[in-house]
Amino acid sequence: MKKFDKERVLLAIAAPLLAIIVAFLVTAVVLAATGKEPFNAFRIMFDYGSKSDSQVYILNKATTYYLAGLAVAIGFRMNLFNIGVDGQYRLAAFFAAALGGALTLPGAIQIPLIILCAMIVGAMWAGIAGVLKVTRGVSEVVSTIMLNAIATAIIGYLLQVGRLGELDEAGTKIATKPLPESAHFFEFPTQPAPVWGFIVVAIIAGIVFWFTLARTRFGFDLRTVGQSGSAAEASGVNVKKMIVTSMLISGAMAGLIGMPTLLNDSYEYGGDFPVGIGFTGIAIALLGRNNPVGIALGALLWAFLERGSGQLEFQGYDKEIVGVIQGVIVLCVVIAYEVVRRYGLKRQQRQVGAKLAAQARNSENQEVSA
Amino acid sequence: MANHDIDITVRRGTVHALIGENGAGKSTLMKILYGMQKPDEGTIEVDGEQVTFSNPGDAIARGIGMVHQHFMLADYLTVLENVVLGSEKLYGIGDRARAKIKEISDAYGLNVRPDVHVEDLGVADRQRVEILKVLYRGARTLILDEPTAVLVPQEVEALFDNLRELKAEGLTVIFISHKLGEVLSVADDITVIRRGTTVGTADPANTTTKQLAELMVGSELPSPETRESTVTEVPMLQVENLRLTATDPDGVVRSLLDGIDFTIHKGEVLGIAGVEGNGQSELVEAIMGMRTLESGVLSLDSVDISHRPTRKRREDGMAVIPEDRHRHGLLLEAPLWENRILGHVTEKPNSKGVFLDPRAARADTERIVREYDVRTPGIEVTAASLSGGNQQKLIVGREMSHAPKLLIAAHPTRGVDVGAQAQIWDQIRAARREGLAVLLISADLDELIGLSDTLRVMYRGRLVADADPATITPEELGSAMTGAATGHLEAPVEEASADDTPADDTSAEGPAGTQADSGTGPRAGADTPNDPSTPDTGSDTDGGEDR
Repeated sequence: MKKFDKERVLLAIAAPLLAIIVAFLVTAVVLAATGKEPFNAFRIMFDYGSKSDSQVYILNKATTYYLAGLAVAIGFRMNLFNIGVDGQYRLAAFFAAALGGALTLPGAIQIPLIILCAMIVGAMWAGIAGVLKVTRGVSEVVSTIMLNAIATAIIGYLLQVGRLGELDEAGTKIATKPLPESAHFFEFPTQPAPVWGFIVVAIIAGIVFWFTLARTRFGFDLRTVGQSGSAAEASGVNVKKMIVTSMLISGAMAGLIGMPTLLNDSYEYGGDFPVGIGFTGIAIALLGRNNPVGIALGALLWAFLERGSGQLEFQGYDKEIVGVIQGVIVLCVVIAYEVVRRYGLKRQQRQVGAKLAAQARNSENQEVSA
Repeated sequence: MANHDIDITVRRGTVHALIGENGAGKSTLMKILYGMQKPDEGTIEVDGEQVTFSNPGDAIARGIGMVHQHFMLADYLTVLENVVLGSEKLYGIGDRARAKIKEISDAYGLNVRPDVHVEDLGVADRQRVEILKVLYRGARTLILDEPTAVLVPQEVEALFDNLRELKAEGLTVIFISHKLGEVLSVADDITVIRRGTTVGTADPANTTTKQLAELMVGSELPSPETRESTVTEVPMLQVENLRLTATDPDGVVRSLLDGIDFTIHKGEVLGIAGVEGNGQSELVEAIMGMRTLESGVLSLDSVDISHRPTRKRREDGMAVIPEDRHRHGLLLEAPLWENRILGHVTEKPNSKGVFLDPRAARADTERIVREYDVRTPGIEVTAASLSGGNQQKLIVGREMSHAPKLLIAAHPTRGVDVGAQAQIWDQIRAARREGLAVLLISADLDELIGLSDTLRVMYRGRLVADADPATITPEELGSAMTGAATGHLEAPVEEASADDTPADDTSAEGPAGTQADSGTGPRAGADTPNDPSTPDTGSDTDGGEDR
C-alpha cells in the first residue's frame, strides 16, 4: 500500500507543477510575441521577489489570500460555488471596522470582538444564499454574485460622513473611524518591515479546517455531500441543513479575510481597502486543490507573482503580464487536475485488477502444487 | 490486467453465450471486440480476415454492433429519430429511414413502431429499439450485454424468439449473461470466462446449469442445508396505509405509493416482486426516511419512526443495501475505509463522540474485507477500483456490522457473481436466523422465491397480489407483475410437486431451487428435495390477510 501512496503523492504534485511550467511557457510566448525578451522578465521577478522586504510582503499578502482560499475551499468541498466570498469579506470587514472604531476596550476583549463581528456578518451574508438555495432552489452562484453587488452598494451607502464614515484630517478620504491602539494586532518585529501577527490566526484556521474535515463526523458528512449528494442523503445526512451550515462556515471564514489588513495594517475601512480578494481565493483554492497545505502554497505563489509584477513595470514590461501568468495557471491547473484525476482512477483500477489477478494465479499455483 | 489468453471462436449464424462471474472480464472482452478498448496482444479475425478496431466505428464497419446493458436512447425523441441519430447518412432521416426501419422490424419480428416516443415504451420495447439501431447500421454480429437483466420472464422469452429469428437469417449473436438457465435455453455454443481468461466451452445440449456454474466459479458449489423457518410472531417493521405522492412540474399530483400495508416479523424475509419502476424505489426511500409521507405510519420494533430523520432510523437498526450502489451506497472516489464509515458515521467503531476514529474504522474495514471476502489489494484503494461484486460485498459487510434489526435489500445480488451471490444469500439467511427482518426487493424472481418467507407483488405503486413462495413459479409471479393477476396467487396443483425438481435445473442463478424451501439453506445447486413442511410457515405470517 505504501507504494500506492507514494505514487499518488507524485501524481498530486505533478499536476500543479506542470500547470505552472506551462503557464510560464505560455507567458514567454506572449512576451516574445510582443517583442520583449521573456526570460529577462522572469529573472527580474525572481530576483525582486526573493529580496527580504519582498519576503515580508509575500507573507503578509499570502495571509489574506490563504484565508480567502480556505473560505472558498469549504464551499468547494461541498460542491458549492461560493462566488460571494468577495462581498462577504468586504461587508464583514466594514462592519467590523465600524464596530472596532466605535469601541475602546482592552485589546484582549476588543480584538476577539472585532473578529467575531466579522465572522458573524460574513456568515449571515453567505447564509442568505444558503437559505435561498434550500428553500427556493436558487443557485448559489447566481445569488452570491448578486449579494456581492448588494454588499458594494450597502458599503457605499454607509461609508459616508454622517453615517459610518468620517473624513480624515487631510480631508481627502472617507473611512471608518480608526481602531484604537488597543485593537491593533501584534506583529513580528522583522526587518525591514514587520510580519503581520494574523498569520498565526491563518495557520490556526488552516489546522482547524483540516481537522474538521478529516477528523470529525461533521467533516465526514460535509465531504460526503460533496462527493455524492445522493449517497449522503441515503447515509442519513440532512443535505439541506448541510448546505446552509457550510455556507455559514464559508461565510464566517470569509469574514476573516479582511482581518489581517484591518488589524495589522489599515486599522480602518476606507475606499482603498483591498477588493476582489474573494475571486483570488477561488483561483487559490483551485490551485491548492482545496487542501490546506496546497492552498498555502497557492497563496504564497500568488503573492510572489504579484510582488514581482510591481517591479516589472520599472523595467519596461507591462505588469499585466503577471495577470496572464495567473490566468493561464488557473486554466492549466483545472485541466491538469481533471486529467490526473481520471488517469489516477483508471490507473488504480488497472493496478487493483493486476494485483488480484496475480493473487488469484498464485493461489491457483499453490493449489496445483499442493 | 483484465483479460489474458482469451481464445474464443464464434460461428456465423449462431447464438454464442459468454458467461462468467462478474469481474471475470466479460465486459472488457466485449469492449475489445467492439473497438472501445485495444488489446495489448493477440488478434481478432472476422470472416477469416484479421482486423484491428481502434474505435466502435471500425467495429460497426465490420458488421459488429453492441446492445448495451443500459439503454442509450433519448427519451424525448421518437424511435425513428433515435435510430437515425448519428447515422443520418445511411438512409436519411425521413421516409427512406422509416421504410428501412419497417423492413428490418418485419424481417426479424421486432415489432417496432417508428413514430412512438421512446419515453412511452416499456423496457422490452426499448431493448428491441436498441437491437434495431444496431441492425440499421448494418451489423451482422450483435453483442448483447446482459440483455435479460431488466426483463420479466415473458419478455425474456420474446427476446429469445427475436434472437432465434436473427440467427435464422444468418446473423450472429454474442450473448453475455450470468443467468445460466437462460443461456442453456438460447445458446448454441457457450464459452466460460473466469479470472480474465477462457476456461472452457460447453455444449448446451448436454450440460447442466450446475456444471456451468462450477466452471464459472472454478469449484464445486456449496451444498444446501435444510433449516427451519425462522419467522417469529414479533413484528419488526410495520407499514400501515402508507401513501406517497409527488407533484409534477405542471402541478399534477401523482400518487407514487398508495395503500401500502405490510408487516415484517423478526426472522422473516418479505419479498417484493414487481417490474422496476412500479414504486419499489419509492417504497425503500419512504422507509429510509428520504421522502416525506403523505400519510401512513411506519414503526420499527414497535416504535413509530414515521417522522424520524434517516440518520436516526439508521442508528435504530435499519440497514440498507441500496438498489443503485454507485448512487446511494458508495463514495466511489473515496478509499474503502471511508466507505465503511458511510451511513454509520455516528456509530462505533467509526467515531467517538463528534470525532472520527480512523484507526478503528480502518481496522474494522480490514475485518470486513477478510470476513466478507472482498477482493482488494488493500483498504486504501478507492471503491471505484473494485468490481461490482466486491463493492457489493463491502456494502453487505458494512450494513451487517451494526447489528441491524431490519435489512432493506434492494437487488442485493444484481451484477454480482455466482460465488458472491451465494455468500450474500448466506449472510442474509444467517442474520435472519438471529432475528433480522428483511425487506427484499429483487428483479431476480428466483432469488425472491428462494429467499422470501412471504411474497408480495407491487404494481403501479400498490401491493396487488401476494403469493406463497413455496408453491409459486416465476411465470405466475411474472404475470402478476404485469398487472394481469391480482389477489392471492394460487399455483396449479402440479406445480407444488416441483419440490422434487432435480438439482440441475435449479443451480446457481437464483437462490434457486425455486419452488422448494421457502427460506432455508443456501441453495445454489440444491440437490436434495427439501423438507416440504417448511414452506407452510412462511405463508401464515402475513400472506395477504391485511389488505
